[in-house]
Amino acid sequence: MSLPMATPDTDIDLWLNQQTDKSLLRFLTCGSVDDGKSTLIGRLLYDSQLILDDQLASLRKESHNRITGDEGIDFSLLVDGLAAEREQGITIDVAYRFFSTDKRKFIVADTPGHEQYTRNMATGASNADLALVLIDARKGVLTQTRRHSFILSLIGVKHVVLVVNKIDLVDYDQAVFDRIVAEYRAFAEPLGFKTLAAVPVSALRGDNILAPSANTPWYEGVALVPYLESIDVSEDRTAEKFRFPVQWVNRPDLDFRGFSGTVASGSIAVGDEVLIASSRKPAAVRRIVTMDGDLDRAVAGQAVTLVVDREVDISRGDVLSRPGETPEFSNQFQARLIWMNEESAFPGRSYLLKVGSQLVPATITDLKFRTNVNTLEQTAATKIDLNEVATVTIATDKPIAFDPYTANALTGGFILVDRLSNATLGAGTIEFGLRRAQNLTYQSFDVNRGVRAQMKGQAARIVWFTGLSGSGKSSIANLLEKRLTAEGRHAYILDGDNVRHGLNKDLGFTEAARVENIRRVAEVARLMADAGLIVLVSFISPFEKERRLAREIAGDIDFAEIYVDTPLEVCEARDPKGLYKRARAGEIKNFTGIDSPFEAPQAPELVLHGGEQEPAALADELHGWLKL
Amino acid sequence: MTTGALTHLQSLEAESIEILREVAASFERPVMMYSIGKDSSVLLHLARKAFFPSRIPFPLLHVNTTWKFREMIAFRDSMAEKYGFDLISHTNPDGIRDNINPFDQGSSRFTDIMKTQALRQALNAGRYDAAIGGARRDEEKSRAKERIFSHRNANHAWDPKNQRPELWRVFNTRLNPGESMRVFPISNWTELDVWTYIYSEGIELPSLYYAKSRPVVDRSGTLIMVDDDRFRFEPGEAPRQEVVRFRTLGDYPLTGAIRSTAATLPEIIMEMQASRTSEREGRLIDSDSVGSMEKKKQEGYF
Repeated sequence: MSLPMATPDTDIDLWLNQQTDKSLLRFLTCGSVDDGKSTLIGRLLYDSQLILDDQLASLRKESHNRITGDEGIDFSLLVDGLAAEREQGITIDVAYRFFSTDKRKFIVADTPGHEQYTRNMATGASNADLALVLIDARKGVLTQTRRHSFILSLIGVKHVVLVVNKIDLVDYDQAVFDRIVAEYRAFAEPLGFKTLAAVPVSALRGDNILAPSANTPWYEGVALVPYLESIDVSEDRTAEKFRFPVQWVNRPDLDFRGFSGTVASGSIAVGDEVLIASSRKPAAVRRIVTMDGDLDRAVAGQAVTLVVDREVDISRGDVLSRPGETPEFSNQFQARLIWMNEESAFPGRSYLLKVGSQLVPATITDLKFRTNVNTLEQTAATKIDLNEVATVTIATDKPIAFDPYTANALTGGFILVDRLSNATLGAGTIEFGLRRAQNLTYQSFDVNRGVRAQMKGQAARIVWFTGLSGSGKSSIANLLEKRLTAEGRHAYILDGDNVRHGLNKDLGFTEAARVENIRRVAEVARLMADAGLIVLVSFISPFEKERRLAREIAGDIDFAEIYVDTPLEVCEARDPKGLYKRARAGEIKNFTGIDSPFEAPQAPELVLHGGEQEPAALADELHGWLKL
Repeated sequence: MTTGALTHLQSLEAESIEILREVAASFERPVMMYSIGKDSSVLLHLARKAFFPSRIPFPLLHVNTTWKFREMIAFRDSMAEKYGFDLISHTNPDGIRDNINPFDQGSSRFTDIMKTQALRQALNAGRYDAAIGGARRDEEKSRAKERIFSHRNANHAWDPKNQRPELWRVFNTRLNPGESMRVFPISNWTELDVWTYIYSEGIELPSLYYAKSRPVVDRSGTLIMVDDDRFRFEPGEAPRQEVVRFRTLGDYPLTGAIRSTAATLPEIIMEMQASRTSEREGRLIDSDSVGSMEKKKQEGYF
């Protein structure tokens, strides 16, 4: 049993043309643990004669003591590439495989079934046209099947083949197959797949892989490979609206200035007018440059360099479109987010967002609801954990150009990156821009911060104290405020206790509440500084992320992070409010320094050593440093 | 995703160009590995296309073990001259001092010192934050799982269990101090894609890929070409002329030739289509043990 091999023609050009004329199908396999994904892909490679003699020999050696088909080979060994996987007998990362038949070329992403690796499945799905959803005939539709199908719809995979595997182990029973297919169709109905086919197979034995199997006379559809060879997944991306994200400014010398990038969708011709999304300035395309010569027209998928007819400011991250069909340009949108990191997502935290070649700081402003991936039910939430899917609103620090993901995956799909570790934390699909963001431009009043501060004879600024409870923050802030007042300046102290009793009395001490606590205080500090005040903020603020957030909220206001570095033993010995004693006794949970960490600032503007000097001396030191 | 308008090879080419441009735009000190083989030749061609009419905006780095085929070095220098790219050649000075060679030390120790350690030295010396390589996912099982933008810690090590999710073509290029990225623009190409692209683009290759009468010795089925007088013969061994070619190029004492009469690209492509052994078989370093490539990559090998 084998796929027909392409016979090299004596006329190499003819044969090469056949090769390049073949269409490409990118698909992924997903399903639960042990459904036989790797075995299925191994079977496809074996049957398309892509397993070469040396590989076959080493496979037979490795297949000893494993479950094998008639060929004496454990096909999953072909694709389970990492040593860790071979030891555990499972697949832990996306593996890409390549095979081709006379009709088509295939790139297969083999994605893991374990819950903790769902992020890799989303990765595989993001570049796939079609998905094989595997089900073990003995087990039926499982939680993972539902989860993966939901992620497929979220990422926008339009074509699904339900592969009911191990049909040999249920005696090729039609009733089992029909029941599974009916259950799956009912679940998948709201997911909006364009096509959904179902095939009963045995990857190990080869039933219904290349040709209809005699063991399933009741199955009237085509076998799996012929189905994959013939299904039409093409989408005419050239007919869509023109989008050209500028990747790199091409400037070899003073005479040439081009904009290199890949046409994300649509087409553009020499002479056509384009609009720059950020500045809304127009220009006309003068040349479409490639090393193979200039083109008259460039279409979706082509990597080219555009030269325009006038001097306009275009840089990496800009998106070119046609006038009248521009992308959205806004700093707020609603999106669906898949969280891919052990560290949960919280509204108020600052991340880096990358869409196309645009990279901007961004904050989750609202967590609307979490979607239960098993039932598609929507529930309220305060954070997003690993592998969870939520609908959120996001605000970026500056406006970006984008499209709804359903209209254009390349301008509507984004990732969120951690600002400290630089890990990819999550992936999102933009649903729609929030209109009010476009209308909401900050009023620029004639009386501004500078004017107000000048009236007070000072420069507005924020002095942010961080340090353990009992480190001396408030004592130093108090002394400083007294001295400033004596000098005729206007200062104000925002202190953890006074804010918690009023503005933030609705907040508890969970991680989410602490983020929100800091966010509100930082916003208040910004408003006060905008009013021209010198704001002294005395907050434990133990986390680097939140201090960074406070600094970002401050924007262009002078912001100084003062680290009152007093050893824990000293703070605990002082214990002015008796809190350490209570924390040690277990009466207070999440107490910084005891059972909750304090992340020492990496680059504070000033460090005051509270264990070595008295508050008065430290206040003097700070006053001198501030150079008011 | 499939666009429909472009052929398979055109799509692959555009994808690779996009990746190369992303590297140039996102990193401060990128470098491109240049091994002189066919994949490197395709990579060089793609880089010229990606930045045209600009010159390639980063240097090319060749890790020279001093045991490469002589023709490879001549070919390398002629390419650098013809296309005007910056070429950096690095050899591990400790290896030269200790006279490390594939005969006395064996392939794995030799590879570690003259390739893996040499590469780390060169990357550290150049403070490169991104190194572009020509590896493909169809080559080897652990490569099949590697990202296109593959993160390395400060020791150049790969952590296969902790790879960054890579969605669509939104690549996370962010690094912390000391970390680096390995970037593989032709990840999604197959060996056949590489050959058909070389053919349709007319890309020059060292003649070692084409069949010719060459002096070889047979070492338990592997044909080794005697490229210079440093070769160590076994007792009673003598080179004999055979018509052979190479499917992969590297250190001549560690690279097996195949008996072949394919002297033109069409003949090579046709022969390859009928071939029943995988490409890396000619490389002696992979067959040491199951998982050996994964282990090397964790240690910093490309």
